[in-house]
Amino acid sequence: MIGRSAGRIGLVAWHVFKESVRDRVLYGIAGFAVLLVAASILVGQLTAGEDIKIIKDLGLATIELAGVLMTVFIGVGLVSREIERRSIFALLAKPLPRWEFIVGKYGGLVLTIFVNLAAMTAALYLMLAYMSWGAMEVERRAWAAPATDPRLLIAVALIAAELALLTAVALFFSTFSSSALLSVALTVGLFIAGLLSHDLQHFGDIVEVPRSVATFVAAIGWSLPAFSAFSDVKNLIVQGQPVAGGYVAMTLLYAAIYSMAAIAAAVGIFSRREFK
Amino acid sequence: MSAGKTTLATLTVTVVLVGAAAGVLRARDRGYYLPEPTERLLYLRSGSTANRVFLSFDALAADIYWIRSIQNYGRDRTSDRPDRFQLLYPLLDLTTTLDPYFNIAYRFGAILLAVEEPQGPGRPDLAIKLLLKGLEKNPRWQYPYDIGFVHYWYTNDYQEAARWFERAAAMPRAPEWIRPLAAITMASGGDRQSARRMLNELLSSTEQYIRQTARRDLLKLDALDTIDRLNAVVEAFNQKNGRYPTDLDELVRARVVTSVPVDPTGEPFAYDPISHAISLSPTSKVGALPKKMNAR
Repeated sequence: MIGRSAGRIGLVAWHVFKESVRDRVLYGIAGFAVLLVAASILVGQLTAGEDIKIIKDLGLATIELAGVLMTVFIGVGLVSREIERRSIFALLAKPLPRWEFIVGKYGGLVLTIFVNLAAMTAALYLMLAYMSWGAMEVERRAWAAPATDPRLLIAVALIAAELALLTAVALFFSTFSSSALLSVALTVGLFIAGLLSHDLQHFGDIVEVPRSVATFVAAIGWSLPAFSAFSDVKNLIVQGQPVAGGYVAMTLLYAAIYSMAAIAAAVGIFSRREFK
Repeated sequence: MSAGKTTLATLTVTVVLVGAAAGVLRARDRGYYLPEPTERLLYLRSGSTANRVFLSFDALAADIYWIRSIQNYGRDRTSDRPDRFQLLYPLLDLTTTLDPYFNIAYRFGAILLAVEEPQGPGRPDLAIKLLLKGLEKNPRWQYPYDIGFVHYWYTNDYQEAARWFERAAAMPRAPEWIRPLAAITMASGGDRQSARRMLNELLSSTEQYIRQTARRDLLKLDALDTIDRLNAVVEAFNQKNGRYPTDLDELVRARVVTSVPVDPTGEPFAYDPISHAISLSPTSKVGALPKKMNAR
């Protein structure tokens, strides 16, 4: 039973992956990202020192930004496109429970995003290895962390977790909105709100407001997907500062649990939806 | 399973999972200390770099950095991090570099920098540095007046305070009351009466945050007055009974005071039975009291 479900989910995911890699948007974004990672070498040249740090900062920011763009523009169309093309009728007529369809769609997009992340990370490491190869020993000693620091993978893992969470959010909006534009707006809106969630969680500490208002805003802050929770580690790793393994593990756990929540909500809505 | 039950089940699962996720995040934030990255600010500490980076959006960037300064202060005020308030000056410096005419960032920022521990970083030197930077760009009487105020209230250097009040009084459009204030400060700096007079003048300021600060500082003077009275009562108790009271309740039982004395925010005063000193409760909202401010 579980094996059959997993097989069907895997099949849907594989189809999503194959469909996504044919999407021109994906190539556009990936090409832009690789170009930007390469261009960071030029930017690094302009900074008079700290070039490795800037290349790492720019590289990680580019990977994250490109990932967000991919997730939003492909993720919001995952379900709504099937409805628009009317291919949903053929799918629902098959012995495929709706929840398996949603989970499969999610798995397929996450796979696509992760493959792209891996390619962009490889491009970044190549750039860093090139910079390290051309640097003098005295320059290397001044770096806060080695150029091809394997700990950068921790930052990439957290970006991957953030994108997996964003994919779940995009999928959730995709299930109840037939308009791709509306889904993009809602996903981007929630992403921005999530980036500010830390400030909302501690609203009462930041501004002086009645306790009830602070509690209300904090409750909203804790309920939002906390995209802000993934950002601090990048800077610390680039600066060569230690990051506790438990911190990273709990951040990944947070992303996993919240993603499940968003998928559960998506399944709930999609199960009730009627198609005419 | 019916559609209604499915919806209820998925809704319950969603709510439980969101709650669990929030719990994990809260546990992470409480369990792990992550140093705040200062490096990203160091990039932009130079005004010329910042101006280039933000292109024509300097003012907007200054607004954003100003908001970050306030948020940083608010967050650090309630935090127990060892490096709290460390980013406050760099943030304010960057804000005012991006927008050299950002008056509130200089003046209110200086107050935030000068506020004593644990409510603030207790750095009047940085407050004065920021105000001097503001004075250079904005030659207005408020800046030397604020510098004088920081000397008066936080560093207790009354000679210097009087000198800055004089300088403020000599500037265009300075109000009449500053010149006598300079004279009073020179003659009897550090007495509560002249401080009260200065704060009362500030209550009519056009800036709301200045009025709020003045109100808060007047409460501190009230608290100092009450502490003096209570110390006298404790001494009188000792004279009469040959020993000091064990707590403030004993003063009530002895009918020396009618009830346990409270500070201007309603918090009971603290009494140390060893040193017999009265002080503000650690949980008092009055804030740190000025160190040297006699009742004369």
